[in-house]
Amino acid sequence: MLRYTLRRLLQLVGVVLVLSMLIFGWLRALPGGPVSALLGERGTEEARRELTAQLGLDQPIFVQYGKFLGRALSGDFGASTGVQPGDSAIEIFLQRFPATVELSVVAIVLAVLFGIPLGYLAARRRGGWLDNLGVVGSLVGVAVPVFFLAFLLKYLFAVQLGWLPASGRQTGGLDATRVTGFFVLDGLLTREWDAAADALAHLVLPAMALATIPFAVIFRITRAAVLDVLDEDYVRTAESKGLTTSVIRRRHVLRNAMLPVVTTIGLQTGALLAGAVLTEKVFAFPGLGEALALGFERRDYPVLQLMIIMAAMVYVLVNLVVDLSYAVIDPRVRTR
Amino acid sequence: MSGSVSRSGSRPPTLGGRKERLDALAATAADGPGDAGVSLAASAWRRLRRNPVFLLGAAIIVLFVVVALLSPWLAAHDPTARLLEGQVSRARNEIPAAQEGFPLGGDQVGRDLLSRLLVGSQQTLMVGVFATVIGLAGGLLLGTVAGALGGWVDSLVMRVVDVMLSIPSLLLAFSIGALFPSPSQFTVILAVATVQIPIFARLLRGSMLAQRGSDHVLAARALGVRPRAIVFRHMLPNSLGPVIVQATLVLAVAIIDAAALSFLGLGNPDDSIPEWGQMLGGAQNVIDSHPNLAFWPAGCIIIVALGFTLVGESLRDALDPKNRR
Repeated sequence: MLRYTLRRLLQLVGVVLVLSMLIFGWLRALPGGPVSALLGERGTEEARRELTAQLGLDQPIFVQYGKFLGRALSGDFGASTGVQPGDSAIEIFLQRFPATVELSVVAIVLAVLFGIPLGYLAARRRGGWLDNLGVVGSLVGVAVPVFFLAFLLKYLFAVQLGWLPASGRQTGGLDATRVTGFFVLDGLLTREWDAAADALAHLVLPAMALATIPFAVIFRITRAAVLDVLDEDYVRTAESKGLTTSVIRRRHVLRNAMLPVVTTIGLQTGALLAGAVLTEKVFAFPGLGEALALGFERRDYPVLQLMIIMAAMVYVLVNLVVDLSYAVIDPRVRTR
Repeated sequence: MSGSVSRSGSRPPTLGGRKERLDALAATAADGPGDAGVSLAASAWRRLRRNPVFLLGAAIIVLFVVVALLSPWLAAHDPTARLLEGQVSRARNEIPAAQEGFPLGGDQVGRDLLSRLLVGSQQTLMVGVFATVIGLAGGLLLGTVAGALGGWVDSLVMRVVDVMLSIPSLLLAFSIGALFPSPSQFTVILAVATVQIPIFARLLRGSMLAQRGSDHVLAARALGVRPRAIVFRHMLPNSLGPVIVQATLVLAVAIIDAAALSFLGLGNPDDSIPEWGQMLGGAQNVIDSHPNLAFWPAGCIIIVALGFTLVGESLRDALDPKNRR
């Protein structure tokens, strides 16, 4: 178990290293660049040269990468040139990371909270109205562009009905104390209930938009997995042994069906960042997604490098956690 | 509806997420062609014909393609002509409403919305088909090479594929799209296609690997069939089923992703020739005051994406050897 974990972590180092090289080269192949983005069309030749040298972009790319790697190992990923000029990339990341985590956690919790029970019920009453509605709903759910759904929710609940805030993380003017950077948690910790409620209200709509695809996928995988398990011999054996239905459902059906579901949850969590880019843009939510979109626009190399590497790392780590959680759910995996 | 929907439940245990699902899908090819007297394709078709989910999806796709082909004659007006320009006022935020001859009104610059929707189906179909074909071709190349050769080539190709899969899909499309000095329809297609390459590669490689040890390949090898002929005549055709399923699903994803790119400002900036994703992305600035400009193209995208998804899912079930009865 420990050896397996270590091997996987070692693999992660490899993936991150290769990825950092690819990202590094590829970003510098993008048309434009931070110099043009900063100076615009008006920059004189001299000013451009000066800035290029200042950013170290006049050196060969291998030298640049070597320096980047050296500094990165000591935790310095360079200073932002476009997103929040002057701030260090890691600072921007740490500042925005909690926002996206908060959003993703609420989204995945929503998806799991609705997806698993509904998927289970749909499988139990296969062919019933709930089953049909769920299957059709999940098919439509993946066919709707995420950003359009975000717009729809915003238009309906924020613009037309005015029930929930339309943008941002917190209402301006609300004097909330910052402790962790997770606004809802901050409000709870400092007992500023109004701040916590306000932050939560800001999360509802973007999280709903972000949750649709994970919900649809989790629902369908749960349903398929439960249907598979219901057909298994050991379920029939358990029934013939005279075990009560609730015990069979809890111990035999749900537990065995959870394996593929957990994997799916992991994969969906990892993929949330892509959806977050779109959702955060619609709701002007100051998270990683917004920084990424802005970073591309302004060719902010340090910020983009850090964010993409971090996104890939989170993705790989989440999947490692998922693989390890198999051992908890399924004893057969442990002995291997 | 119920009968067909519930059939999808008896799919093989979809252990795992994207990678594992692709491998599971790939493994369905390994069983080789017809073992019960009826070929897999024939038995699949027999079940599909009675499947309302498939029929609904197929009807949507047929309608979509017919509209795309006939749109120049169906559209009442020239989609590029600003016929209602006089009714557009940027200052007062006015956009032409529905009126005689213009059942859906005009767009931001006074072009007939209905004609643009009709003609837009052409470009939308093109984006979907080309993105899928390019993604498939790339994946086919990588997957076949890796799966057929094995060894270090396989390891190398699959590491590259793993790195590509470790970046969230839209982020990758976004990155590819940003690679070009000026976005165009071509860069949109290329960006959307690139995301699909590792998916197809994994699928094909899994299918190839599963077949390498199978009886029909062994038999062909024993008969002295040249390796290249084994790959192209025996292994590739057997992988077609899962590939077709994936391609159908990808068509839906490609159309949606193209819309997302437009929304992020990486779409084709030249909007004289309409495309649904671009129309939807372009409507974001006026969505609060004129939501209909977004609703119509979005509705079209959703229906078409749903059509491809329905066909893809029912094909997947029908081609699954586990479901043969």
